[in-house]
Amino acid sequence: MDYVTFFALALPLIFVATMVIVHPSPVYSALFLVMTLFLLAVYFLFLEAHLVAVLQIIVYAGAIMVLFLFVIMLLNLQAEPREQQRRGVHRAALIGGGVLAIELFVLLRRLPTGDTPDRALPPGFGTVQALSERLFTDFLLPFEITSILLLVAMVGAVVLAKRQG
Amino acid sequence: MADFAITFVLTLMVLLMVLNLGGVLLWVERKGSAVLQDRIGANRAAIFGKLPFNLGIINTLVADPIKLFTKENFVPQGADKLLHTLAPIIALLPVLVTFIAIPFGDVLVIGDRVINLQAASLNVGLLYIVAMVSLGVYGVVLGGWASNNRWALLGGIRGAAQMISYEIPMGLSLVAVVMTFGSLDLQDIARAQGHLIGGWIPAWGILYQPLAFLIFMVAGIAESKRVPFDLPEAESELISGYFTEYSGAKQATFMLVDFIESIIVAGLVTAMFFGGWQVPFLLRDGFHCPWGSVISLPSVVVALLQVGSFTLKVLFFCWLQIMIRWTLPRFRYDQLMNLSWKGLIPLSLGNVVITALLIFLL
Repeated sequence: MDYVTFFALALPLIFVATMVIVHPSPVYSALFLVMTLFLLAVYFLFLEAHLVAVLQIIVYAGAIMVLFLFVIMLLNLQAEPREQQRRGVHRAALIGGGVLAIELFVLLRRLPTGDTPDRALPPGFGTVQALSERLFTDFLLPFEITSILLLVAMVGAVVLAKRQG
Repeated sequence: MADFAITFVLTLMVLLMVLNLGGVLLWVERKGSAVLQDRIGANRAAIFGKLPFNLGIINTLVADPIKLFTKENFVPQGADKLLHTLAPIIALLPVLVTFIAIPFGDVLVIGDRVINLQAASLNVGLLYIVAMVSLGVYGVVLGGWASNNRWALLGGIRGAAQMISYEIPMGLSLVAVVMTFGSLDLQDIARAQGHLIGGWIPAWGILYQPLAFLIFMVAGIAESKRVPFDLPEAESELISGYFTEYSGAKQATFMLVDFIESIIVAGLVTAMFFGGWQVPFLLRDGFHCPWGSVISLPSVVVALLQVGSFTLKVLFFCWLQIMIRWTLPRFRYDQLMNLSWKGLIPLSLGNVVITALLIFLL
């Protein structure tokens, strides 16, 4: 990925990501988040990770964000006036964001600088076959643990819903 | 440069075919409903009130879009103007790009150039289609929300719940198909259906995955929000649901999206379960009949036969969906949810397990 493509994607990405937290209307915030996830998927496409790009759209844009919008509409959330927003949330967000920024800065400083040699991608990189082979050999245990985690979350949601009903 | 031009022409062809077929389906729907209800149906349109000639299909085809696209473009008071305008466009974009991954022929050989008759040969083909279909819900949800109308909002919320619920059995039925053919590229899947079982029966996907076909068909009709699954519109209770507050060109766009979605369902059913572009006994160099005789044909004729076969199958399934639409009554909301979560999802999961067992054992 050259510099032109990188910045042509990065600047809109940062803009829409900022709009997610700045925009007062929850529906627009959710839509900007969808756009953020979409632009990330485009990044993956340029990095030859086609499967990851498509999964990003299916899982995040196609399923999770639709649920977000669904909940926002079901509760009929309106745009909040600024003075009504709670102070404590702002403070916690500032502290959390600051810590994250410092962590990222430290990590980025550790990365090797200068020109990294272009490593040629192995044939079939990013295809379904290549990725699933890695997933079911080297990363089998984390993969299965993640799926069990999701199952537990699902059962938990059902139990919570049953108790109220 | 030539490769680029070929891709461009193929993409344009697919786009125009799908758009035009969407318009034709509007007429088929009018006439089909009339046939089923024993009436004549739309048969004329007077131009400027002065030419009441019965020009039949062409008149209806031309008059309907002109009427829709010249109507007043109305935005209700208190509506979100930007999203109200964007919603039909957001609904239209993903369905228009979906069809590029569906093959409509094998290969066309011109000179020493071999053209794959598929606009985009994607390694992640089916997943790409699922991704684009899953984006279709945004138009519905946003249209419902931006209209500032209770009925529209209810329609939008129903649409979101319904489409999320039916994406799951749809995806799971596709998993069984992918396991059978071992590829996500629809061109590979269509080619794999070319061989013969016992020398006579074409090995179409429906023979291997009959249950997946039924589940996919039901979920597909539910995804395209048509009767018996048109709860988001439900004109007897919600006026017309998420597009209650839409008029003119924007409403026409929503209608077009519905038709294109049913074309996509028809295309996918054809490609996965009914041999795609396969004509029985037709190979790349001509007919190879099971009793041994061979009729050789030039590549262009073979390609034309295949494209024709694909088109006929797609038209058949479009027609079938319209017939289903005008035959069945609408589900109740709880029945709709029960069918997906308690009926189709366990069935499709079972289908995946059985398919896996069979592949493992055989």
